[in-house]
Amino acid sequence: MLEVKGLRTYYFTLKGVVKAVDNVTFSLGKGEVLGVAGESGSGKSTLAWSLMGYVPPPGRIAGGQILLDGEDVAKMSEDELRRKVRWKKVSMIFQGAMNALTPVFTIEDQMAEPFIIHMNMTKREARERIVELLKEVGLDESFLRRYPHELSGGQKQRIVIAMALLLNPELVIADEPTTALDVVVQAQIMNLFKKIKKEYNISMIFITHDLSIIAEIADKVAVMYAGKVVELGTSEQIFLNPQHPYTQGLLKSIPKLRSKEKISWIPGTPPNLVTPPPGCRFHPRCPYVMDVCKRDEPPMVEVEPGHFVACHLISRR
Amino acid sequence: MGGESNGQVIFKAIDLKKYFPLRRSLKEILTFSPGRFVRAVDGVTFDIRLGEVFCLVGESGCGKTTTGRMIARLLEPTSGKMLYKPTQETLSKVPPKYVDKDGYVDLSQKLPKRIDKLLRQEIQIVFQDPFGSLNPRMTVYNILKEPLIVHNIGSSEEERREIIYRALSEVKLTPPEQFMERYPHMLSGGQRQRVSIARAMILRPTLVVTDEPVSMLDVSIRAEILQLMLDMQASRNLAYVFITHDLAVANYLCTRIAVMYLGRIVELGPTDLVINNPQHPYTKALIAAVPEPDPSNRFKIREVPIKGEVPSAANIPPGCRFHPRCPYVMDVCKRDEPPMVEVEPGHFVACWLHAKH
Repeated sequence: MLEVKGLRTYYFTLKGVVKAVDNVTFSLGKGEVLGVAGESGSGKSTLAWSLMGYVPPPGRIAGGQILLDGEDVAKMSEDELRRKVRWKKVSMIFQGAMNALTPVFTIEDQMAEPFIIHMNMTKREARERIVELLKEVGLDESFLRRYPHELSGGQKQRIVIAMALLLNPELVIADEPTTALDVVVQAQIMNLFKKIKKEYNISMIFITHDLSIIAEIADKVAVMYAGKVVELGTSEQIFLNPQHPYTQGLLKSIPKLRSKEKISWIPGTPPNLVTPPPGCRFHPRCPYVMDVCKRDEPPMVEVEPGHFVACHLISRR
Repeated sequence: MGGESNGQVIFKAIDLKKYFPLRRSLKEILTFSPGRFVRAVDGVTFDIRLGEVFCLVGESGCGKTTTGRMIARLLEPTSGKMLYKPTQETLSKVPPKYVDKDGYVDLSQKLPKRIDKLLRQEIQIVFQDPFGSLNPRMTVYNILKEPLIVHNIGSSEEERREIIYRALSEVKLTPPEQFMERYPHMLSGGQRQRVSIARAMILRPTLVVTDEPVSMLDVSIRAEILQLMLDMQASRNLAYVFITHDLAVANYLCTRIAVMYLGRIVELGPTDLVINNPQHPYTKALIAAVPEPDPSNRFKIREVPIKGEVPSAANIPPGCRFHPRCPYVMDVCKRDEPPMVEVEPGHFVACWLHAKH
């Protein structure tokens, strides 16, 4: 359904070109959920914006293809994007979107707008559809007349999720949808996502720094580091058989509730993307660094069906 | 980590409360109706032992940060007592009339400024936000020199430089000379948090309050900061109050856990007992809600047995404050506040399911 090939999104700043997304390739089938994991500055949010054609200036898509049902989103004009893609085919739950609800409109008014504008619905038709959606996300009719300040964080997040589902998109991108929420509410929202995934058979891309959240929902996982996907595979492959030293390091750094297993960390800090390190971008922090890593970029190698790793340790084997 | 620490009790909080007044409306003023308060911390009692990591866990708005700030004495409690046992050296400088028979000083009484300063030196705090808690216009050197100036430590500039040098190498910001002249914006989040830790540790405190010190850092470097905190504890004799919303981190680091809900401690005990044998319905729900990196989780719905969200601290439900969300609610819960009962040695729960009524 979605195929991303060699996508490059760069920010052309005065200090140089920031290669926020550099040669990213993956595909996503109908009803599949992809989790994108990475630290701050790894390019995961930029990847999401690219898929919507929303890259903020001075950034733009510098190369590659984003094939959505065979059509290349990367080449579309702003007008085409607006008419064909955004919110109809691909919708997005932005990071912190729940704080971006308009404080002066009721929930009904904010939610009805796209129906009235895009679908030429009357107000009454729109209301019926909104009530249906609110029920879907676990809220009742009484929320129609409320203003955002009357809602709790979890309720606002439910509204935002309902808004992403308004026009029946095929793909929903969620950027850190639970980071600002408390654990209990986070679990409730994750349950809601699981329900939506099951009932709507919708594809989702889940972007978060928290691998535990990815394990809660994703079928496939892409691990990003400094603008590149370093490992890609099914959830089982990534969590149970991680191959890239970065993925292994990330997994070892998560404290667990049920064990006192010693956690470790990855020394150093992520690189500056204007002047990324030559060769493998992870080499300055890698415990297994070899000479070749400092020189050549590692190719993506398929280690088992569907499991790709970009590391010289693997490609040399 | 974990297990029992048999260190002596250096800090006792007894029925500690902090109320913040709410602004009154015109109608309320005209009708002389009583003022309303946000009861951020509403009667917490606990003690902290030397050599342990004491954890305050809870969701946002449960009063854990307010409690931490009261311990660090950045906030004055509305009522309640805070007893602190200073080190021998400091104790010898405190006039006996301020010290009780067990060697505790009541921090809520009015103390002479000189004495107060000595005591404040021994209790320090590390803040959550490494981006907001360091002055952007001061170099690391000046940031670390400030506490030395305030507390009159080091007689000459050279001596202070020496102390700062050692503090920086202790938090592994090496080589220290290089970091001294940098400004906070030239440091990464992890490095900034190290500076915050150095700033707290430079006064050689015995009690350090750390308010979510790793929650704003990237996952891959969190462990490094946690390990640094444990190393510092091993090399010095000190106690931590660790404030967090993350039970997994609490499990990793802490000796004892106190679970807070709406300004009260609902469960308190050694980490293993609280995590593996939780007794309060709220603790059970919190534990059930923690996501874990197990890919089979995606096929199941996580059963979180409680409904709704935390009510506002300005409008606390009567009786047990958890009762509107509790799956086991009984009549007594709506009426009376549950007492703290010891269910097994050192493990306390405030719930009517465990208390006689």
